[in-house]
Amino acid sequence: MTRMSAIDELFEKTRAENRAVLVGYLPAGFPDVKTSIAAIEAMVSAGVDLVEVGLPYSDPVMDGPVIQAAADQALSNGIRTTDVLEVARASAATGAPTVVMTYWNPVERFGVERFAAELAAAGGAGLITPDLVPDEAAEWIAASEQHGLDRVFLVAPSSTDARLALTADASSGFIYAAAVMGVTGAREQTSSLAPTLVERVRAVTSTPVGVGLGVSNGEQAHEVATFADAVIVGSALVKALHTGGIDGVATLAAELRAGVER
Amino acid sequence: MPYEQPDATGHFGRFGGRFMPEALIAPLDELDRAWTEAKADPVFTAELDRMLREYANVPSPLYEATRFSEAVGARILLKREDLNHTGAHKIRNVLGQALLAKRIGKPRAIAETGAGQHGVASATACAYLDLECTVYMGEVDTERQALNVARMRMLGAEVVPVTTGSRTLKDAINEALRDWVASVDHTSYLFGTAAGPHPFPSMVRDLTRGIGDEARAQVLELTGSLPDAAVACVGGGSNAIGLFTAFVDDADVQLLGVEAGGDGFDTGRHAATITAGDVGVLHGARSYLLQDQDGQTIESHSISAGLDYPGVGPEHAHLAATGRARYVPATDADAMAAFDLLCKTEGIIPAIESAHALAGAQALAKELGPDATILVNLSGRGDKDVHTAAEWFGLIDGPVVLDEGVEE
Ligand SMILES: Cc1ncc(COP(=O)(O)O)c(C=O)c1O
Repeated sequence: MTRMSAIDELFEKTRAENRAVLVGYLPAGFPDVKTSIAAIEAMVSAGVDLVEVGLPYSDPVMDGPVIQAAADQALSNGIRTTDVLEVARASAATGAPTVVMTYWNPVERFGVERFAAELAAAGGAGLITPDLVPDEAAEWIAASEQHGLDRVFLVAPSSTDARLALTADASSGFIYAAAVMGVTGAREQTSSLAPTLVERVRAVTSTPVGVGLGVSNGEQAHEVATFADAVIVGSALVKALHTGGIDGVATLAAELRAGVER
Repeated sequence: MPYEQPDATGHFGRFGGRFMPEALIAPLDELDRAWTEAKADPVFTAELDRMLREYANVPSPLYEATRFSEAVGARILLKREDLNHTGAHKIRNVLGQALLAKRIGKPRAIAETGAGQHGVASATACAYLDLECTVYMGEVDTERQALNVARMRMLGAEVVPVTTGSRTLKDAINEALRDWVASVDHTSYLFGTAAGPHPFPSMVRDLTRGIGDEARAQVLELTGSLPDAAVACVGGGSNAIGLFTAFVDDADVQLLGVEAGGDGFDTGRHAATITAGDVGVLHGARSYLLQDQDGQTIESHSISAGLDYPGVGPEHAHLAATGRARYVPATDADAMAAFDLLCKTEGIIPAIESAHALAGAQALAKELGPDATILVNLSGRGDKDVHTAAEWFGLIDGPVVLDEGVEE
């Protein structure tokens, strides 16, 4: 822990404001590259603090139907990895720390070192890696050190204490706690497993913990904000973009932002 | 030094490992422990042996294919996995995994299937062992393998057609993984091939290696020496690794894996993953796969649904990279010619998957000459493929009506 990253600074700021960080996910290129950038700008203006830019992938095993469909559409429009980096650049230009959320193969194919270099050059803050665990991440750990990027690994209700410690150790910026055993997608109720998981992570690290999977409205965001350092919203924003366009995203983001104020 | 793979973390050289959501890592660790304990427990192994013998008709015979040998110009010995219960090698793997599921105490099982053979084997094992069974199958495959869908349902399994992505085997695996991540506390995933995250590749190998162990002894008994080559088709790689494992330390035995060449591996329409793919990560392991410049998976093509998969098990990637085994493609046309030849010379209708191995053996016979003995794994029987083959050979006049209102 030498230098503060943009994400570290964000958490320091929100701690001072006594609120949780609001993290918003949108896939690059859905419904097209231009609109995805406009939607990210709108959600940041409406109060999203940290942006996750999704890299659409052909085999998204962690994703439910909403994000799968968005990725499919982006891919059939011909989205490329280089386009995703451009969306990340535009997102970072809003001033919100921006991470790319990606399955591992596209990064490996691009070249881990090259991906890290180009993401850093675009102003990106790090990566969230839903199918890369620290055990397999030696190359990414080296590249992220080299380029000053944060590494957001996931923990889950099934993680053992030993794995929580190992994962926390390898993570920086924040830790992504998957609130439920399952894939992405809005859920009616917030998870009863999440508070316990956050508590277990806190027992092994001082790195902030974000909670995602299933948060879809202001009320749920508020509930999660009472026990987590960050509230992560994905499918609900994608759905809002799909049904309500840019305005839909802005409206939901504002509602979520009101929710994370404690 | 004898061959010993994988290492403790499931790596075969640089291949394999675990590229999976964290939610599944602890369950995979548990599975690894449970399997390690079970295979060392004489009560478990005796029960599995009994099931294989009494129920699955294992060991399968070795058969000297005299007329086929004459036609191809080398001595061809067939390992008759087509005679196993449910008609393929797949039953060996699934009985083992289902018995392990019983032992762990998980009442529900899920499986993915391409051709339907692994789905049928899973439905069978679940009926036999009283497990609830859900099979994910790409919608495209449910259409081209309608008979197997009916078979699975008859056996009491729920078949879920998968409508995402390319609607074939890889998408069925995706959907099964999505189910598993949410149900792993009470559900076992009966994985159908020697791919996926650790411990699946080595567990499936442990369960299928009887093919090669039996065949090695059978060939020795029949001929007094080891074969010059052992040949198997490669989809995900379970029948091939099951055959190869017994021979890996026999340096003089050539190992030949035959991949699905589809329309020809230079046309882009094929499933020849090692021949024409690149190293990457898919479905939990690093191996070869068919992918575009950005690492997006490319759809595979093959006349054989069981070989129509853009990935391959990591141990085959390792055996290819080290040069211990060789992998070559056989096109749809090559495979169907070998299919026809086996039907006409031996009165055996092979699975189209297995016909790829026969085509590979045919080409190898030309290389090795008439003194060579070639062991071929006849991984399955062709009943499920009669419709596809009849269409290929133009033996069907009118459309075949399978269901009321559904024309094929
Ligand atoms: C008869 C038969 N052979 C081979 C295969 C290919 O699988 P694997 O490469 O795992 O042996 C299948 C798959 O369905 C099959 O049914």
